[in-house]
Amino acid sequence: METNAHTTDNGVNVEALLGARAALTEAPEAARFVWRASNEWVRGTHSRSTIDGFFGLGEEQSHREPTSFDSDHPEIFASEDKGPTPVEFVLVGLAGCLTAGIAAVASNRDIQLRSVKATLEAGMDIQGILGIDGDVRNGFDSLKVTYDIDADASEEDIAALVAQSQKRSAVFDIITNPTDVVVTVA
Amino acid sequence: MSLPNPCGQAGAVDVVVIGAGHCGLAVSFNLTSLGIAHVVLERGAVANSWRKERWDSLRLLTPNWMSSLPGQAYEGSDPDGFMTMPEVADFVAAYAARIDAPVRTNTTVTRVHAAGDGYRVETTQGNWQCRALVIASGAFNTASLPKVSQAMPVDIAQVTAHQYKNPAQLAEGGVLVVGASATGLQLADEIARSGRAVTLAAGEHVRLPRRYRGRDIKWWMQASGLLDECIFEAEDLARLRRVPSPQLVGSPDNATLDLNALRAQGVRITGRLMGVRDGKAQFSGSLRNVCQLADLKMNRLLKAIDEFAADAGIDAAPAETFEPTQVDATATLSLKLDGDAVKTVVWATGFRPDYSWLDVPVLDRKGNLRHTGGVVDAPGLYAMGLPFMRRRKSSFMHGAADDARDITQHLAGFLANHPRDVSVTGEQRVAV
Repeated sequence: METNAHTTDNGVNVEALLGARAALTEAPEAARFVWRASNEWVRGTHSRSTIDGFFGLGEEQSHREPTSFDSDHPEIFASEDKGPTPVEFVLVGLAGCLTAGIAAVASNRDIQLRSVKATLEAGMDIQGILGIDGDVRNGFDSLKVTYDIDADASEEDIAALVAQSQKRSAVFDIITNPTDVVVTVA
Repeated sequence: MSLPNPCGQAGAVDVVVIGAGHCGLAVSFNLTSLGIAHVVLERGAVANSWRKERWDSLRLLTPNWMSSLPGQAYEGSDPDGFMTMPEVADFVAAYAARIDAPVRTNTTVTRVHAAGDGYRVETTQGNWQCRALVIASGAFNTASLPKVSQAMPVDIAQVTAHQYKNPAQLAEGGVLVVGASATGLQLADEIARSGRAVTLAAGEHVRLPRRYRGRDIKWWMQASGLLDECIFEAEDLARLRRVPSPQLVGSPDNATLDLNALRAQGVRITGRLMGVRDGKAQFSGSLRNVCQLADLKMNRLLKAIDEFAADAGIDAAPAETFEPTQVDATATLSLKLDGDAVKTVVWATGFRPDYSWLDVPVLDRKGNLRHTGGVVDAPGLYAMGLPFMRRRKSSFMHGAADDARDITQHLAGFLANHPRDVSVTGEQRVAV
């Protein structure tokens, strides 16, 4: 890893990240994390999810405070629109992950960021979820992320930042690759 | 090549070298010049892996002028050509004869363990006792297979790059080649030329043009000092050691073999093979990104070469740019494994060393040797020929010379500081 002193400040603690990487290389069992959410139906298509604790570094951890998210569907679905549609949360997750990655990689490469903006657009044919056409998948048929980045770096270096962020992104992996999902009733 | 052996099939010796390939022989050359008694144990004939464990069309990825061993340069008439496997085997065998290496052929090592003042080496031709041991048995002994190989439907034939010889050995019908290193691209190329429909699943890869600005890419990498880059200068050694081999082929026409070339030939390129579900192969949606990463890295290397050429005042053709890797507008995310589209899967997912015979606790949790620059984490134990072992060129034939010199020097120092255990009597020494 780079050992030269970093002169940029993107608000990322690079030394701490590199230290964690070195420590977890020596103690891979501590690298096992479990992320959790709980969810409760409210009414109609409206439900509320809460995020609080998670497991990592060998013990239970918690956020500074719990956060609740309401999700619902828009009125054109005859819903009450009490919050974003679940698929929109997927976009939030991807954007949050890629942008965090860009900041971390930029800091490690000593690139000063001035602004990082992204727009996300996912295509979906709802004939799938409505069961109209079995050949149409339920989920996104395409997902486009467009970054607009102002930084002290060449166009190529910025492209490399965004590419490296995708390479190391958990949510990018979750969306692009299959995951074994087990849903049970307690 | 034969060693006068006064004590029958086996005995005691200061150093045992396992493997009579270019690495083991380069070490033998250095041991001989330092007057250190040793044997080189070889399971088959000299250069066995080059003779028996490579596909038919393979040629070295480095041009002939680079193929040198300590005390032996390339002397043939085609310095810019690329050796076929029989030519490599002959080159290495000629070297063994020339340096009169003490090779014991047809001697398979079955177990190595600590014993006495060093190691006991059990073989199919008797046992050896040695004080120091050099593991030069190769880094490509077995095919690495991903877990997903176990999920393949039973009626799909599976062939590893280790078993693969030529397209004729495959059933008629579609072929899925998994892996986009030099191996995967070369196999996809020749299987497609045999008339079979080929899909290539590509994860992260390293793209390189065969020639750049009128010279072989390896010439530039050598001249600029890149291949001499040493492990102590490397920023992230663990990552560098995992980097797949670049997409190169050694061919008489110096062709560049990359994903664009395969695509133009009608090979379907998909993302990395991630799973098998409901009789379908599932591919990653990350193809665009891995292609962009490879293009960016290639362009960075070419830019560094341009800077080197300018600084060093090298008279070369003008700078070139290469078309970005093309991907289909609509990605192929799955493929039916019903014997129609795919009859055979060819695993080009890497190779790994075989240490099943090594009964010394020197492997890490991933099964790799714990070593620093080839000095293994056990007294008197050394390695050769591993990727980026001491230098970027460690896994190339011409990289063996510097590594063998360093390793032998360290080993000689070890022997000098660890005199023979006098309790191991002369009689025990010869009659192990």
